[in-house]
Amino acid sequence: MNESKEPVLRVTDLRTYFPVRSKGLFPKTIGQVKAVDGVSFMVHPGQTLGLVGESGCGKSTTGRSVLRLVEPTSGHIEFDGVDVTNLSHKEMVPIRRKAAMIFQDPYNALNPRHTVGAIISAPFSVQGVTPPGGVRKAVKELMERVGLNPEHYNRYPAEFSGGQRQRIGIARAVALRPRFIVCDEPVSALDVSIQAQVINLLRDLQDEFGIAYLFVAHDLAVVRQISHQVAVMYLGHVMELATREDLYARPLHPYTHALLSAIPIPDPRAQKQREHIMLSGDLPSPAAPPSGCVFHTRCFQAQDICAVEKPEPTEFEPGHQVACHFPIEEFLGTKEIIGPDPGLTPRLGADGSPTGEYEGSNDLIRELGTDYGAGPNTPIDPGPAIWR
Amino acid sequence: MTEISNVQRPFLEVSDLAVQFPTEDGIVHAVDGVSFSIERGQTLAIVGESGSGKSVTAQAVMGLINKRNADVSGQAIFDGEDLVAMSDEGLRKLRGSKMAMIFQDPMSSLHPFYRIGDQLTEAVNAHHKVSKADARERAIEMLHKVGIPLPAKRFDDYPHQFSGGMRQRVMIAMALINSPSLLIADEPTTALDVTVQAQIIELISQLQQEFDTAVILITHDLGIVAEVADEVAVMYGARIVERGSVDDIFYHPQMPYTLGLLASVPRLNEVRSDRLDPIPGNPPSPIRLPAGCVFNPRCAHQDQVADDLCRTVRPALQNVGPAHQVRCHLPATERQAAADLTLSLLGRPGR
Repeated sequence: MNESKEPVLRVTDLRTYFPVRSKGLFPKTIGQVKAVDGVSFMVHPGQTLGLVGESGCGKSTTGRSVLRLVEPTSGHIEFDGVDVTNLSHKEMVPIRRKAAMIFQDPYNALNPRHTVGAIISAPFSVQGVTPPGGVRKAVKELMERVGLNPEHYNRYPAEFSGGQRQRIGIARAVALRPRFIVCDEPVSALDVSIQAQVINLLRDLQDEFGIAYLFVAHDLAVVRQISHQVAVMYLGHVMELATREDLYARPLHPYTHALLSAIPIPDPRAQKQREHIMLSGDLPSPAAPPSGCVFHTRCFQAQDICAVEKPEPTEFEPGHQVACHFPIEEFLGTKEIIGPDPGLTPRLGADGSPTGEYEGSNDLIRELGTDYGAGPNTPIDPGPAIWR
Repeated sequence: MTEISNVQRPFLEVSDLAVQFPTEDGIVHAVDGVSFSIERGQTLAIVGESGSGKSVTAQAVMGLINKRNADVSGQAIFDGEDLVAMSDEGLRKLRGSKMAMIFQDPMSSLHPFYRIGDQLTEAVNAHHKVSKADARERAIEMLHKVGIPLPAKRFDDYPHQFSGGMRQRVMIAMALINSPSLLIADEPTTALDVTVQAQIIELISQLQQEFDTAVILITHDLGIVAEVADEVAVMYGARIVERGSVDDIFYHPQMPYTLGLLASVPRLNEVRSDRLDPIPGNPPSPIRLPAGCVFNPRCAHQDQVADDLCRTVRPALQNVGPAHQVRCHLPATERQAAADLTLSLLGRPGR
């Protein structure tokens, strides 16, 4: 990560609330859905920030708010040093030349009555840009670059498969060589073999044109593949933000731990040896989020303070930020929690450092060797490390 | 539960199942000569990408394909009876009692106008002569079993009052309320978040053990397969291209498509390199399945096969291990070399 460069996107305390209106002839605002509630992050030139979380966590709304496709309620969005939060529709036009979006659903994001050529050339006509050699030539080059046959210029979206449609969407997004693209679940509608092709394409375009991505996805494995930094969201809040290496190897937030352990890995022996953190219950409604830390109702680490005081995002170590009263640092690679026990407090040694033991029942904590994914049956040398 | 009458036969044996839909554009070969078997208490995962025929296979086994629109052939012997040849009435007696199905989308599979309690008791009353109170008691007990809090109260709620994960639990309760011995789960967790998915997968395995159910799990997620499957069938282009134990498929895969699938999945536990290894090209159209091997247009190894066999002759499922079969023309040594290369990429010791 290059800290010296100015970020291409700086988001500060972004909030996007949607009003809840009463029914009837004269609707009144009776509440708010806090879809995004105080989110801050930066995206650096040519890099990818992955934004992960479960449905309803506000990750897509964040992506849309950043491009002002949804109006943010408060906060600041700086694009290349320019505060775009309050720019008018007209003033946004030159900004939109440098920032684009790729949508999740390749079936609904393309106008079925426009030809592929018309779809990909739309950014040129909207922005009044004439590329050298003409629009048609530029579009054909783009089609070739994203792996489409330029001879299909006059075909309609319905004639293409899901993966090819996503390539059309990508060609349209990169047409004006933007500095920044919001990718909203760009591969989640695709089959695995096609998904890998599209991930590679996005990666290649990033290397070639130096595009920065805000990559919104629910699949942590996909995000790991493509991101330089990852932010984990839950109910409108960023719970943890770190470099890819740190987040997957040394997660701090209990929610990140739970999320990582909930995903089965395609390796049966390793998978059977992993212990699971089973979160109880479902995601609370963002219209009535829990008090204090929004995760406390499902958290296995939660104590009294968590229901009262909201933990602020704090830098735990350089570049690794976490919003939690009780981050799971002491388990670094050696232990994993296998069940909820809110009453657990670490037993401290004589020098005040954690001993790895716990007051009360020890049944819930197991020594699991040094690899994060290792289990009780893991031999001393389990071969290739499972999590790193 | 009645005892299994036929001991020698597998509990469910599907042989040479084929489903064809005639359409204006031509005949859709949705399932083309699929054979597998499963015993009670076991989990068979059918893996494949969209359009590979995995869901239609399941629907054909359940007798859910309308025979007026489709041509179903082959056999599915379940507990001594052929499900393919069975009358609609016979199937209706079996469905919901001895065999049941869970669908991907819990919202469109529950009736939005009826209370979930009514939908659950209907499932009981359809197969048993019981009093209203008994049916209610059974339904509440089942809701409790699938982990719905305050089941007696929730009994009177409508589907829209439940979250996605809770609705899927209601679906599971409904499917298992008559203790079926065969359960088909068609992408049961695809619509759910990962933390809820983990709960549902755990629930299905628990109930499977309790009722000694045979489970056919249809999924595209290799992680879930690794977690729960005993046997795996990999489908591509309407055919099973490889079949074996979960260890066979993940540690000794043989078919180039299986290898490609394993290599193209991004890893949660490691980043091998900045680039993934996708399978080039696109899956075939079921109307125009390629001649010969269905995978040949995307296969990197067809040059290693003599006489252009891949493009002309349909490979048979051949045994490569005790319960491991593969549909491929590649000679054994070349196949093993391809497998070793992929396994080394995955950081797994091949053997």
